[in-house]
Amino acid sequence: MAASDAPNGDVLIRNAFGSVLAFLILLLIGVLAFSIRLFSVIKYESVIHEFDPYFNYRVTQFLTKNGIYDFWNWFDDRTWYPLGRVIGGTVYPGLTLTAGTLYWFLHSLNIPLSVETVCVFTAPIFSAFASWATYLLTKEIKGVGAGLTAAALLAMVPSYISRSVAGSYDNEAVAIFALIFTFYLYIKTLNTGSLFYATLNSLSYFYMVCSWGGYTFIINLIPMHVLLCIVTGRYSSRLYIAYAPLVILGTLLAALVPVVGFNAVMTSEHFASFLVFIIIHVVALVYYIKGILSPKMFKVALALVVSIGLAVCCAMVAVIIALVASSPTKGWSGRSLSLLDPTYASKYIPIIASVSEHQPPTWPSYFMDINVLAFLIPAGIIACFSPLSDASLFAVLYIVLSVYFSGVMVRLMLVLAPAACILSGIALSQAFDVFTRSIKFQLPSLSDHSHIDARDASSENVVLDDTIKTDKNEDTPKERMTKRSKKKEKEPVEKPPTKFQIKKRLSVLPFEASIIAVILLVLLVAFYVVHCVWAAAEAYSAPSIVLTSHSNDGLHVFDDFREAYAWLSHNTDVDDKVASWWDYGYQTTAMANRTVIVDNNTWNNTHIATVGTAMSSPEKAAWEIFHSLDVKYVLVVFGGLVGYPSDDINKFLWMVRIGGGVFPHIKEPDYLRDGQYRIDSMATPTMLNCLMYKLSYYRFVETDGKAFDRVRRTEIGKKYFKLTHFEEVFTTHHWMVRIYKLKPPKNRIRGKNKKSKSKTSSTTTSKRKGTRRNPF
Amino acid sequence: MSKKLIVLFLGLVPLLCTCFSPDTPSDRRVLVLLDDFAIKSSHSIFFNNLKSRGFDLDFKLADDPTISLQRYGQYLYDALILFSPTIERFGGSIDAAAILDFVDSGHDLIVAANSNASDLIREIATECGVDFDEDSSALVIDHSGYAVSATEGDHTLIASDDFIKSDVILGSEKIKAPVLFQGIGHSLNPSNSLVLKVLSASPSAYSANPKSKLTSPPSLTGTSMSLVSVVQARNNARILISGSLSMFSNRFFRSDVQKAGSPTKHDKSGNEQFVTELSKWVFHERGHLKAVNVKHHKVGEVDEPAIYRINDDLEYSVEIYEWSGKTWEPYVANDVQVQFYMMSPYVLKTLSTDNKGYYFTAFKVPDVYGVFQFKVEYERLGYTSLSLSKQIPVRPFRHNEYERFIPAAYPYYGAAFSMMAGFFIFTAVHLYHK
Repeated sequence: MAASDAPNGDVLIRNAFGSVLAFLILLLIGVLAFSIRLFSVIKYESVIHEFDPYFNYRVTQFLTKNGIYDFWNWFDDRTWYPLGRVIGGTVYPGLTLTAGTLYWFLHSLNIPLSVETVCVFTAPIFSAFASWATYLLTKEIKGVGAGLTAAALLAMVPSYISRSVAGSYDNEAVAIFALIFTFYLYIKTLNTGSLFYATLNSLSYFYMVCSWGGYTFIINLIPMHVLLCIVTGRYSSRLYIAYAPLVILGTLLAALVPVVGFNAVMTSEHFASFLVFIIIHVVALVYYIKGILSPKMFKVALALVVSIGLAVCCAMVAVIIALVASSPTKGWSGRSLSLLDPTYASKYIPIIASVSEHQPPTWPSYFMDINVLAFLIPAGIIACFSPLSDASLFAVLYIVLSVYFSGVMVRLMLVLAPAACILSGIALSQAFDVFTRSIKFQLPSLSDHSHIDARDASSENVVLDDTIKTDKNEDTPKERMTKRSKKKEKEPVEKPPTKFQIKKRLSVLPFEASIIAVILLVLLVAFYVVHCVWAAAEAYSAPSIVLTSHSNDGLHVFDDFREAYAWLSHNTDVDDKVASWWDYGYQTTAMANRTVIVDNNTWNNTHIATVGTAMSSPEKAAWEIFHSLDVKYVLVVFGGLVGYPSDDINKFLWMVRIGGGVFPHIKEPDYLRDGQYRIDSMATPTMLNCLMYKLSYYRFVETDGKAFDRVRRTEIGKKYFKLTHFEEVFTTHHWMVRIYKLKPPKNRIRGKNKKSKSKTSSTTTSKRKGTRRNPF
Repeated sequence: MSKKLIVLFLGLVPLLCTCFSPDTPSDRRVLVLLDDFAIKSSHSIFFNNLKSRGFDLDFKLADDPTISLQRYGQYLYDALILFSPTIERFGGSIDAAAILDFVDSGHDLIVAANSNASDLIREIATECGVDFDEDSSALVIDHSGYAVSATEGDHTLIASDDFIKSDVILGSEKIKAPVLFQGIGHSLNPSNSLVLKVLSASPSAYSANPKSKLTSPPSLTGTSMSLVSVVQARNNARILISGSLSMFSNRFFRSDVQKAGSPTKHDKSGNEQFVTELSKWVFHERGHLKAVNVKHHKVGEVDEPAIYRINDDLEYSVEIYEWSGKTWEPYVANDVQVQFYMMSPYVLKTLSTDNKGYYFTAFKVPDVYGVFQFKVEYERLGYTSLSLSKQIPVRPFRHNEYERFIPAAYPYYGAAFSMMAGFFIFTAVHLYHK
């Protein structure tokens, strides 16, 4: 310790050099995070991807055109016809406002980028921010080295790439940044006890609430961490400062977001935070009273308070339970219930279970999405325990919870990814620390021993200085505390440095083993990088509105979706209504600009069930349902010709289930033969006569003469049939989208006499032949 | 010279107007298809009557190979009269489907059959919802409602006076005498809302072959059997189907009539009046409505808004006119209703009228947002059906349209502000008291 003065200048230079290096590395990490997500633009084009991003894109267009107040009050009459949707009150505005701000900012600089371009590149920009936020968070937990490693890992973790490639303009793109940044500010407040950071923390939480429904993860994780700290005797005023302002300010701010509103105080997802808020006050009070009373008096007071407190608590709990039980869903929304009971959704809410990203993930998807991080996490957890601080406790809690949640829903793998990166970063940096130190100690070639010693000593001193500094930091807020509590508090704080020192001395490994371990670690990381680049390039960059396939005769591009939407926008009236399964609602409104009946915002189950019922009804009943909704066109997606597996026939059972959930005359067993879903000659008559089957397979036999469905790998059951209430108006190049028009009601009603109708029908079919398109 | 020109011009104007104005629903050019040209003279009263009303009749033999209904996609005629009951196959490009397409594109049709009606005529009738007796030799026989004539016959000449009760279809004047009818009967599907029985058979009538003995009960009997029916298709094309061609003939027009068992003997049958009035209806000289100037706006404003807010007060108006054969006359009724409709009617209001064709009402937009429609569905016997719908979205309140301070919430305001004041005082005391 005495030597600490001598190499002070040297340390300063080294620190300066280190921070410049760290800054450069961070910059490069940002560039990496941005550029690894550009595969989609280079391989395909600069387009918005998938389904939800199209809605966000449309909303952003509206925002940039009409301004923020019109956006807030936007009543959209082109979706959910005829109910309409109050977009301003039902959308998380964070992403839209972010992109809108970006757009306005660029335009004020006279950089005339289109809204679409801004939207496409929002996600890569924010993933750079997210990796920087990861750096900050991990730095707070375990220092700069771990921070940089974690940031680099996060910049290219496939799970996050899957949601933030260029064009994937979805809430998660900005929400993950907000999530990590909120956690960073929380840990920062916890480490410093500064009210300034606490306020920033609630603002960051507000941004998160604006951006994504996943904010409930924060408002449950932080209270759990607080509770854990209290239970393990880690209560401090810093904890109070980190938590109490977040609950009050955060809840007030969250209530400002229209889509959350009173939910911030009325739904069960938020109750945990209030409960812990009460508990932390009780604990604070206990500590305070303990300080001013003598031990004897304290015991008496404790008995008194505990008995009264128990009574009050019981009353409170009773009231809360009564309130919760009186609400129909027990105060929990369906999506959250399915988190706690994984089988809940598939049992009771088909509309939630029907979304593939709400299904539990498979084991390979863990390897696909976080790759080697899955193996590094345990090491990271161990590293967090030596020594255990409030911050590292948080990291452990975060990983444990997110692993659980990701096991429930594929979508939440995204929440796991940052935690995995942080812990793997810690693990990697600690491991490198140990190995390189071992190598450095034993490196024979280094001639100047004294220099090494000095450096070594200095480095250790730095470490010691650091620990002392944190020690001091931890001490200052406690200054006001009474001695008794201080003593208790100090013990665990004082212990770690010594332990740390001892450990450091011990953890010198054999030279060869260290070399090999470092090489292996580098290989591991290299493998991770290769995998990430492959995942970014091949697996997660497809925009899903343009599909490609490689075959012997080269690359095939399937651009059927845009072909169909362009047809709709050019050949139908502006006010025409298009019915399709809800997956294609957002795209139809955004790309074809036509009114749809249902869309991906599945807020009205009955309406979706109506469409599901129409699709699973025979032609006439379906016509009546659609006609009552003023539908002019029906759009179905059919993959049987080119082998596109996520088409409407494969989704059809969900339509039946959702329809049957509201209209009991639709029964799932009617569509199954011995519990098997099939469309071949063994299919049930109900299945072969339902609208979805007919619209999908109408004239399909004309393509190859056998009507062989390449997705189901079978010949279809009913090949030759006519449509009486619908007429085909458009089929795309690869038959992936087929559009039908509802025929108007018959002009005349026929009499009963069964005369041959051959003449009239032959003329109509011949007329149709004229307008028929050649499928290739 | 100039005067002459003006006269010529003035003479041309109405001609041009009647030919090209889309606003005149009456038919002008009528194609008459006949079995043979003898019908032209034997039914000349009916044809002359039409000509005198301004129709341009074009007589053709039904198997004339040159006849066609349309050329270059344009219909050459506004209406078609089929007085060719025996034709098996039309000449030219006409077949049953062509005739039905003609009807489906909004043109009118008169079909007359008789005892030896061909399958083609039957098929056309069936497609329009009229089923002639399938027994091709059957005639309508009525042993109590027959027309008394000099020679006691087989009672197939019927004097019928069971008319539809509609001033729109048969004119405001009562048909003075029974109508002579000789031909085949038909039945209508009761669930078919588009066909109307204009002349029903009497309860004692039945359809059978008069020359053979009745072995099995006749399929068509009594008032369920119809003699003359009209169809108004969904596109308001009108079709007249009669089981008797001779009903239109000069002989029946001029003949006197006495119904069996009735003491009164009419000098002239009701055929001429009946057929004339009916042809007026079929050719849209009566009972044709149009609705124009559908307007709606907020109370106190003039312009039509793009969107309403919930609980707005609005005014709705529409003008309805009836075609009199020459001009559009105001349509007067007190039963026109407007619906404010979103999946089901939220508001249903009867429109007030100023008796000059202007219908109006005012109501409050319901407290529900969504995409609504103003719907007028006006369907009255004999009139063309009016179906107007106009889409209009209704939005909820804007964020700044709610009440700023709610009286019921004053305790909460008080609580919030007293809390703030209390906290301020507490802080001041706590920080600076010592």
